[in-house]
Amino acid sequence: MAAFAVVVVSLVLMVDGCSTSSVRAASVKPDKERHDAPEFTLKDADGKVVRLSDYKGKVVLLDFWATWCGPCKIEIPWFMELQRANKDKGFEVLGVAMDDEGWETVKPFLADLGVNYRVAMGNDQVAQSYGGVDALPTTFLIDRSGKIAAVHVGLASKKDFIDGVEQLLQAPQGGGITPVPGFALRTK
Amino acid sequence: MVALPLCLVSLFAQSSGHLSVGEPQKVAGKRGAAVEAKIPVSVDNGFHVNSDKPSDPSLIPLKLSWKATGSLEAGQVVYPKASIEKYTFAPEGLSVFTGNFDLIANFKIAANAPAGPGMAEGQLRYQACNSTTCFPPKTVPVKISYLVQ
Repeated sequence: MAAFAVVVVSLVLMVDGCSTSSVRAASVKPDKERHDAPEFTLKDADGKVVRLSDYKGKVVLLDFWATWCGPCKIEIPWFMELQRANKDKGFEVLGVAMDDEGWETVKPFLADLGVNYRVAMGNDQVAQSYGGVDALPTTFLIDRSGKIAAVHVGLASKKDFIDGVEQLLQAPQGGGITPVPGFALRTK
Repeated sequence: MVALPLCLVSLFAQSSGHLSVGEPQKVAGKRGAAVEAKIPVSVDNGFHVNSDKPSDPSLIPLKLSWKATGSLEAGQVVYPKASIEKYTFAPEGLSVFTGNFDLIANFKIAANAPAGPGMAEGQLRYQACNSTTCFPPKTVPVKISYLVQ
């Protein structure tokens, strides 16, 4: 009995030891449960076209937010940190502002916060394609092959975002385009 | 017997997600008289709406406005005293309304108003959140019946 217990404990320690090499976020779905993130065409603050497919091959944190949303304002600095820490690893944050008043309201807000990632102006059509997005913030983690790996509705934990991004960046790059550090991949 | 009035109240309530407006008090008076209407508002449990004077200028205030007031001249709207509530996303506290409260709409009946009934039509704009999530701004119609005597 004692020998059995020793074997079990050893196995547990071995498994635990192996798992420390990769991060696992509770919110990230297994590959087979992921679905394609809907494509969209929006415009950023400079009037440039933003397509999700521009980011193919990268891990994308797609954040639907608004200036009137308090919880969104807590998460935005986290996303700025994530952008800073991972932008050279094939990761991008993309914000989608859902303010009815448009850039007149959103631009000063972005400037005040010093937001360091791209933000596009959302619309109902894009929101509907992502399931309605009635509650904000709603954040999607999209893997390198353009599939939705995790969805957070409402204020989530910073750790879960960090772990989720890390897990997706560590994942083998199956069908996605392999990013080359320092080069932005673009699909026309 | 009690069910009928309750049923009528719930039929009247104008809801647009996490907030509903009950039947406003009818107003009646003579030409030139000052009158007021009480408008009952209810916010769902666990939710709040920004007060008429939010803590942060980027937050959307609760606001009652009028589109057409007929023989009534719109006056001041009196909002209840807001409470300061702390949330995970706002540890410093936010100026909000929760639960049930009344708005008081003040009017003056026009000096040349024709005698008889009428309707003032307006809307209540608000933006609701719970402790982790916010919902887009909404507007709910508000109608007040009046009688010029």
